[in-house]
Amino acid sequence: MTDNILTIENLKVEFGGVSVLDIPSFCIKEKEFISLIGPNGSGKSTLLLALSRLLKQVGGRLFFRSEEIASRADALRYRRRVSMVFQEPLLFDTTVYRNVASGLKIRGLGSHEIRERVTRYLACFNIEHLAHRSARKLSGGESQRASLARAFAMEPEVIFLDEPFSALDPPTRHALTDDLEKIVRETGITTLMVTHDQSEALRMSDRIAVMQDGRIVQSGTPLAVMNNPVNEFVANFVGMDTILEGKVLKNGQGFVTVAVFDKEIDALGTAETGDCLYCCIRPENVTIELTDPDDLTSARNVFPAVIRDIFSVGPFLKVVLDCGFNLTSFVTREAFAVLDLKEGMNVFASFKATAVHLIPCRK
Amino acid sequence: MDLILEGLITAIKLLWALDPEVLGITWLSLKVSGIATLISVGLGVSTGMIVALTRFPGKKFVVSIVNTGMGLPPVVVGLFVTVFLWRNGPLGFLDILYTPTAIIIAQSVIATPIVMGISIAALQNLPNKLRLQILSLGATRMQMVLMLVREARLPLMAAVMAGFGGVISEVGASIMVGGNIKGYSRVLTTATVMETGKGEFAVAFALSIILLFLVFLVNYIFTLIQQRERPR
Repeated sequence: MTDNILTIENLKVEFGGVSVLDIPSFCIKEKEFISLIGPNGSGKSTLLLALSRLLKQVGGRLFFRSEEIASRADALRYRRRVSMVFQEPLLFDTTVYRNVASGLKIRGLGSHEIRERVTRYLACFNIEHLAHRSARKLSGGESQRASLARAFAMEPEVIFLDEPFSALDPPTRHALTDDLEKIVRETGITTLMVTHDQSEALRMSDRIAVMQDGRIVQSGTPLAVMNNPVNEFVANFVGMDTILEGKVLKNGQGFVTVAVFDKEIDALGTAETGDCLYCCIRPENVTIELTDPDDLTSARNVFPAVIRDIFSVGPFLKVVLDCGFNLTSFVTREAFAVLDLKEGMNVFASFKATAVHLIPCRK
Repeated sequence: MDLILEGLITAIKLLWALDPEVLGITWLSLKVSGIATLISVGLGVSTGMIVALTRFPGKKFVVSIVNTGMGLPPVVVGLFVTVFLWRNGPLGFLDILYTPTAIIIAQSVIATPIVMGISIAALQNLPNKLRLQILSLGATRMQMVLMLVREARLPLMAAVMAGFGGVISEVGASIMVGGNIKGYSRVLTTATVMETGKGEFAVAFALSIILLFLVFLVNYIFTLIQQRERPR
């Protein structure tokens, strides 16, 4: 528990007799940036509220720097060492300056220190020119900057961010993400952020925790969670568009061959013959060719396919292929134009054995 | 028109001459309604806050009772207060019927639901998560309540104005429990009713104009307080 700044044990939260959070154990290390991801209603925000002691826990223990936060007095002292930013800026009906100063006043800091900190953090979030403006007259991005400045001005040891950018337009969101990342890296504040934006989570996090039905189902480095999801749910959630159920036909030399419908997929891994496995393939790992690339590619899996659907997904096009099973591929707009892809077209789809992540089927 | 003009002139003359009776009535009106408003603000805002910020079974029923109380007819309040303070009534031993204290009690009963109802609405209108945000800043429960009151200060001040307006202008309860005793429990509204009854319209107009001016002046002061410190 020594280098853990926060530790929870058997945390359980119920609303109206219904369990909404059940976490046997979870630790946050000093200076760590953790992103909490998961579908709506999975308990992410509830976990943040419970961790910041703003929610009555039904059961469980919370340790901050190895000391249990048990009594109301403990909770108040603890809340004065952490801070939280909500999805809505929740600014007070006064000037931006007074908003940023509000937490410092509550915590009883001297006026000189308040002035110094407010000025510093207004500058950090590039809103010093708005100091004397009414918080009611700010744009969405400016409001959230003021809210972040208020939270950071308290120089907390842990900061909880509950989807702070979800209501912002993409350019504002990107600018604010840049600033937040810079400040978090500079200050080294331990951060736990709820987000629905996986690219944001990938970019900023040391660790990603995936939540489902009030439980943390996987926690690991962004690479581990994205490429090695522990179950079908996580695979689906982190963008493994292709999840195919199959049976192991043969194994050896670190590879397995899995029968999926009447096709065979080679994958890196070990399993017993006859085992049921899910083959998970990220769309960015699937390549489309117009001619059979069998001799030209190192990919062990090459299948003739027919293009069934084409969707636009941001800078990419998502192409759904029918290879006897459905397979999804991301194609850049340039490649799409060069290949002149169309629905109904016959192509070849290929992916490497290392691109297939295997998950044992649930019994 | 002549009557109105005559009333205006009489009012100016009465005020200009600093007529002791009119000044006494005006001062008593201000004092009685001011104290009643203070009591109703104390009771209404605090209980309104408890109702707004806590969860309990039957909350909706309580709020609807309070909202009904906002339209409480002054004569009904006057009747109940009279019965309670009557010599043989439950509070008859206090011996305060037909005194300014009785008017203060009746006016407090009228104004408290008004202040309470608007306070509940004002506090419930704040964002749900604002309380959590304030607590997350490290506030104690008392600090949180004070910050919420500050956030709801505009509608809360409106509640004070509505409460004061409700009692300074009511006549039914004041006349029933105060008795309209000259130089003792006569207030502007009861005096106006009496003068109108006597056909002394000029004096009645004069008293009404003073009453209107008083209401305007007090509300103007409240409005100044309400609107101050509003950042640009």
